[in-house]
Amino acid sequence: MVVISALFIQAFQMALVVLLAPLLTGFIRLIKARLLRRRGPSMIQPYRDILRLLRKEVVLAENASWLFRVTPYLIFAVTWVAAAITPTFATGLIFSWTADLIAIIALLGSARFFLALAGMDVGTSFGGIGSSREAMIATLAEPSMLLIIFTLALIAGSTQLSTIATFMTSPQVGLRVSLAIALIALVMVAIAENARIPVDNPATHLELTMVHEAMVLEYSGRHLAMIELAASLKLLLYMSLIACMFVPWKLAVEGEGLVAYLVGIFAYLAKLAIGGALLALFETATAKMRVFRVPEFLGAALMLGLLATLLRFVSRSL
Amino acid sequence: MTPVSVLLLCVAALLGTGVLAVPLIRSTRSMQVVYGASLVFSAIAFVIALAYLVAGLPSAEASGLVLPFGLPWLGSHFRLDALAAFFLMVVNLGGVLSALYGLGYGRHEHAPHRVLPFFPAFLAGMNLVILADDAFTFLISWEFMSLASWALVMAHHRDADNRRAGYVYIVMASFGTLALLLAFGLLAGSAGDYSFTAMRVSAPPPFVAGLALILLLLGAGSKAGLVPLHVWLPLAHPAAPSHVSALMSGVMTKVAVYGFIRVAFDLLGMPSWWSGIVVLIIGSATAVLGILQALMESDLKRLLAYSTIENIGVIFVSLGLALAFKANNMGLAAALALTAALFHVLNHSFFKSLLFFGAGAVLTATGERNMDKLGGLIHRMPVTSVFFLVGCVAISALPPFNGFVSEWLAFQAILQSPTVPQWGLKILVPAVGGMLALSAALAAACFVKAFGVTFLGRPRTTVAEQAAEVDRFSLAAMSVLAALCLFAGILPGIVIDGLAPVTLSLIGDRMPVQTDIPWLSIVPIVESRSSYNGLLVFLFTLFSASLTAYLIHRFASRGLRRAPAWDCGFPQSSPATQYTAGSFAQPVRRVFGTLAFRAREEVDMPAPGDLRPAHFVVETHDLIWERLYLPIVGAVGFAAEKLNHLQFLTIRRYLSLVFLALVFLLLVLALWS
Repeated sequence: MVVISALFIQAFQMALVVLLAPLLTGFIRLIKARLLRRRGPSMIQPYRDILRLLRKEVVLAENASWLFRVTPYLIFAVTWVAAAITPTFATGLIFSWTADLIAIIALLGSARFFLALAGMDVGTSFGGIGSSREAMIATLAEPSMLLIIFTLALIAGSTQLSTIATFMTSPQVGLRVSLAIALIALVMVAIAENARIPVDNPATHLELTMVHEAMVLEYSGRHLAMIELAASLKLLLYMSLIACMFVPWKLAVEGEGLVAYLVGIFAYLAKLAIGGALLALFETATAKMRVFRVPEFLGAALMLGLLATLLRFVSRSL
Repeated sequence: MTPVSVLLLCVAALLGTGVLAVPLIRSTRSMQVVYGASLVFSAIAFVIALAYLVAGLPSAEASGLVLPFGLPWLGSHFRLDALAAFFLMVVNLGGVLSALYGLGYGRHEHAPHRVLPFFPAFLAGMNLVILADDAFTFLISWEFMSLASWALVMAHHRDADNRRAGYVYIVMASFGTLALLLAFGLLAGSAGDYSFTAMRVSAPPPFVAGLALILLLLGAGSKAGLVPLHVWLPLAHPAAPSHVSALMSGVMTKVAVYGFIRVAFDLLGMPSWWSGIVVLIIGSATAVLGILQALMESDLKRLLAYSTIENIGVIFVSLGLALAFKANNMGLAAALALTAALFHVLNHSFFKSLLFFGAGAVLTATGERNMDKLGGLIHRMPVTSVFFLVGCVAISALPPFNGFVSEWLAFQAILQSPTVPQWGLKILVPAVGGMLALSAALAAACFVKAFGVTFLGRPRTTVAEQAAEVDRFSLAAMSVLAALCLFAGILPGIVIDGLAPVTLSLIGDRMPVQTDIPWLSIVPIVESRSSYNGLLVFLFTLFSASLTAYLIHRFASRGLRRAPAWDCGFPQSSPATQYTAGSFAQPVRRVFGTLAFRAREEVDMPAPGDLRPAHFVVETHDLIWERLYLPIVGAVGFAAEKLNHLQFLTIRRYLSLVFLALVFLLLVLALWS
């Protein structure tokens, strides 16, 4: 019985993240439109887009290989697995020990690896430009992310997300300099990883500064739907990561009653709404930077990550 | 018969095969005989090593043998213990598979008489190094291994590049052996006992041990390819035939790692804490520089060779951590770090051999190593491309393949290090962790490039357009390695438990028993700290991918239309508009290249209306070669030039020189006593 309910909660989380992801994207778009004094499309427009794409036929480039056709499912599946393991409304889910924070980041790395390959598969210059820039961004974002993970893992004594979240709710945490630095670095990495302004612009096509959109330029129909959904899911995943590590309030603990879970879900929704609104505010307030300024941006994240880790290594209390 | 004697018989049989190959060369079946025999004898040695490691070792007892040749008062000592058994496994598995690959690949060899005799000899040499239990036998075997591989590098000696590669290789190999000779000389001490047993017992004073460690880093490091001693490696490894490249890169560098571990962990006694720092700095510099060089490369086999340098760096980072933990008596953490290193040794032998086999298949099919002249091979060589892709994913440290597990273990070891007392280590280790993550991310970029430019896109030349799938032997060898990459990735617990006897014998501690942990997870210390389950990640991904694919195909539109690529409405008919290796690397080169290679780009764009062609020139410098090696070469040349005068002296001057030398020596003697 216990196992069945645990499995049910895990399955619920898997379904929840997929269902919520387009809503978050739509919410951010709506807030951005309002901030720009436009009306903007309704919040459920991303669902409509995905359904429309699913109903369309796929137009496949003549020399596209099997890799091009498999990649959308693979990327979606990997992102989904990572999102299913990340605590959203509850900790200690039945499969939460499958992968720790390092493995979750590496799973997203696998998704990126295949997306970059798919960008090169058709053999067009736009695909190549997207892939090579994505590779450049990843070479800086991944080490920064790892240093952030080190900082958190050293504070919490674990790389398990559930354990980190539990530790962060305990009174031993307090205010720490290294945590604050790590949070800033993590936000910078999350912006770069999700192809948001100022690193990349999710709303443009046909612009030489684009990265993510250039890689998926040749995709259409159901394949594009999968990629769009995976991108929304990744954004949701990063928001959940930041939420569960830095504001883990009201996370339900394994075995608590239904009420705790309901509270957890509402708290989670509130956190996503706040996070989405902050992201929209930030994006309307900044300009997209030139692609070769991105290394400086991520270099700052890397330095902050290193600083945070060093603080942890040299001092127990900072 | 003891295991050691059977192993030595295998070695003798391999040597015999090599000798037998010489008269057989002209026969048409010589290739089958040599590769077949190498396969069988390596397989026997592999099975014995595996059985010894897995079955016969709860007590970790070693078995030894002394043969009556070598130095007259010493004889030749051979010994099999857990460490040797593990490395014998790595070597002989590589031997079996490259012999299998050679059965198919060898048919395209245009100078078989330059490869066949040396191939089994090379395998025998590597086995002997690992079995040796005294310094003399070790060094003789080491030199034998170097010479056999040198002969294989020179197999295609008509190419001037290969001759240069062979020259640089033999110089560096001799230098390395000299350094090792001096290291063993220090360890043998004034008693001059060259057997490892004696060295193990005697604890050298810290100063001597430190000096020996530096010499060891020079000797074993030059063979493994540690920066800045790596210069020969990207020249020599690609020059050999591809199955030999696989052996040199995937296996011989591991023998060098073995040499390092044997001396540093077994013979030197308790390490001092700073030895960890030295190894960590060299290892992380090697990892990052190696993979940056690989990213800049557009020759497929040279790219793989540079990537070997990176992986050696990763292994040495873990070894440095293990040394630092061992020096601080942190047994569990040291066992974790050493396990990470050994796991990566195994992984690298799998995926690097696989990738070299794949590169060999591409070479057979197209005759081309330059990626910029390939492309679109995924359509023409479907099976090879799948195996090569597996190798690329595995080497990029992505789950659920094996490369990720060893990387993950290394990160877990790094997370153990805030408890070390030395400040130097405390400050260094997080930076090393960042370097390790950087090299992993760069490796992923590098192998996206390698696979994307070679196998994806449109064919850039007619040879790439007309490529055909390779023979079954080559595919079989690649399939075994690809399966091993997946196996070690999803069931790492079995591998970790297999490594426990080695860490037990070297450090006296081991990681927790992994196969007892439910669900086949791996847990380095305790579950609340960290755990990873490759099998579940794999099954989860498989399940969700098939579920999605099923749902999509069930409910969504199944329509599919083939059309020309869209490319933003500007379809380019020429495949030359695709991204090449150089253009893929351009953003990364801009970020890291200015610092590491002093890279400069010059764009000469004619004004509008001007009909002159545009030019784009990239200039990069290999700073280590230019700043370190060229001055040494210059100094040696200068000294030789000056000493040349001594050849043409009159007899009187020679006599006076002899006289002066005698006086000088007597003076030294007088002052000494």
